[in-house]
Amino acid sequence: MGKVIKYEKDNIDTDVIIPGQYLKLHDYDEIAKHAMEGIDANFHSKVQKGDFLVAGRNFGCGSSREHAPIALSQCGIKGVIAVSFARIFYRNAVDGGFLLPIEVDEETYKKIADGDQIEVDTSKNQIKNITKNQTYTMKPFSEIVAKIIEAGGLFKYKPE
Amino acid sequence: MNITEKILARASGKSTISPDDIIFANVDKAMIHDVSGPGVIKVFEKLQKQGISTDKLWDSSKVWVAEDHFVPSAEKISAENIVKLSKFTKQYGIEKHFKYGMGQYGICHTLSHEEALVLPGEVYVGGDSHTNTTGALGAFACGLGHTDVAYVLLNGKIWFKVPETLYFKLNGKLPDHMMAKDLILKIIGDIGTEGAAYYAMQFGGTGISEMSVESRLTLCNMTTEAGAKNGIIEPDQKVFDYLAERGAAKYTPVYGDIDAEYAKVYEYEASELEPTIAKPFSPENITVVRDIAGVELDKSYIGSCTGAKYEDLEAAAKILKGRQVKIRTEVLPATISIYKRAMENGLIKIFLDAGVTVGPPTCGACCGAHMGVLAKDEICISTTNRNFPGRMGHVESQTYLASPLVAAASAVTGKITDPRDL
Repeated sequence: MGKVIKYEKDNIDTDVIIPGQYLKLHDYDEIAKHAMEGIDANFHSKVQKGDFLVAGRNFGCGSSREHAPIALSQCGIKGVIAVSFARIFYRNAVDGGFLLPIEVDEETYKKIADGDQIEVDTSKNQIKNITKNQTYTMKPFSEIVAKIIEAGGLFKYKPE
Repeated sequence: MNITEKILARASGKSTISPDDIIFANVDKAMIHDVSGPGVIKVFEKLQKQGISTDKLWDSSKVWVAEDHFVPSAEKISAENIVKLSKFTKQYGIEKHFKYGMGQYGICHTLSHEEALVLPGEVYVGGDSHTNTTGALGAFACGLGHTDVAYVLLNGKIWFKVPETLYFKLNGKLPDHMMAKDLILKIIGDIGTEGAAYYAMQFGGTGISEMSVESRLTLCNMTTEAGAKNGIIEPDQKVFDYLAERGAAKYTPVYGDIDAEYAKVYEYEASELEPTIAKPFSPENITVVRDIAGVELDKSYIGSCTGAKYEDLEAAAKILKGRQVKIRTEVLPATISIYKRAMENGLIKIFLDAGVTVGPPTCGACCGAHMGVLAKDEICISTTNRNFPGRMGHVESQTYLASPLVAAASAVTGKITDPRDL
């Protein structure tokens, strides 16, 4: 179970998730201190391990910086729930084994509120909202993405 | 099959592939720079702890390294990253390492074509989102993160979902007051920053044939801003000549079949287009330059992989010749080779006479790194590719994206200006 930190915004880009000036950093804890600095300077102190970030369309658009999923994951974010994801952020999240990129429809996105406690069961493609006593469906992962997530990242995945 | 599908089919050892197929493609070339390189080194360190061997790269002759984001070293940490890169290339025997202060160096995407490092028909991946740029030479060029690039460096292959292709056709030659930048901003405005997510964007038509290779590179560069997996243009004689001038002759160009399929075709008439600008805070937030002419500016920035190639500097110099800038203006040629040509042909003198500061090749302020970042409330017109909040500095600074002609004309007046109205 984790708490929802929600930003009702589309196109949250990588310059917001981790501003360009910090790309010189490669220590994961240092990177995490600046997570979401472009939108919420207190983000890293709000997050507890297992929390979920919820946002709108095209989350993670912009640069290929793997700093973006690293920053979120190192803060404790278990998954990002969004209406859609930009492709490189999605790949980085999965292939690096950093966090779960979970796609939901607009309606589900609207129902989940900041501060809600939720549980995600990817084996059932289900999101349970404990606070609201509701259950939502997430878009299933594609076959290869599911296998890479299950393996724990691209390097642990053995192609058939 | 279209060109993207044919390249990916060849690279994955299949006679035919279709959109949505998952393939493992053999990679022909891979690039890292001073941000993704240390990121890859970090992944290697993690792998070593997990007992996965990182002793040997798949083929160090196919890997090249650029120093561009924080160079000349902005401060201690970036200097240390440069040292790390040098140790890495020495350890793995990577010879193509373009070091600043040692001859040719510059922005990775510009080096990719200036040095003919990527050739038609190849699969090229780089640890940078604007790797898409080099698809203008007829290659499949795609940006990846650190883990994926580390995987490529060790295994020589990577997985892809075969993209569907959006085809953008330009009819007729762009007029002299227009550049490829205007067209790609117009396209991004039309389809949005998510409009090509997971797609390939292919460009063609008489207007593209008329375009120089450098203009085509500008188009493919900004396919990233529409979310595209890759941007691509079928190569022609102009590309072959461009590569021949740079010593590359051996390669096998790939072309789409006559019955190639595209998810959607968009058509543009060159004669109907206007100089275009993206307002803060998104590349899709476009308007015609004349619609917002007169907006007061603090700065003009002519730099980056998008807007500091030779012809970009030539366009800016055409405007700045014999004039003075009214606002802070910086020109940062994208590579040393371009810098030299600009100097030999008198462009650098034109810039200096106009009052411009000419800087070294670097990604610099384009990504808010250094060399002219913006303060709170500062308003900049820039030839770069992104204008998200905080992209070029303070989160409350503002960036307008435009062609080098518009950025130079605006530098002269201190206000957003259509070059025709100067």
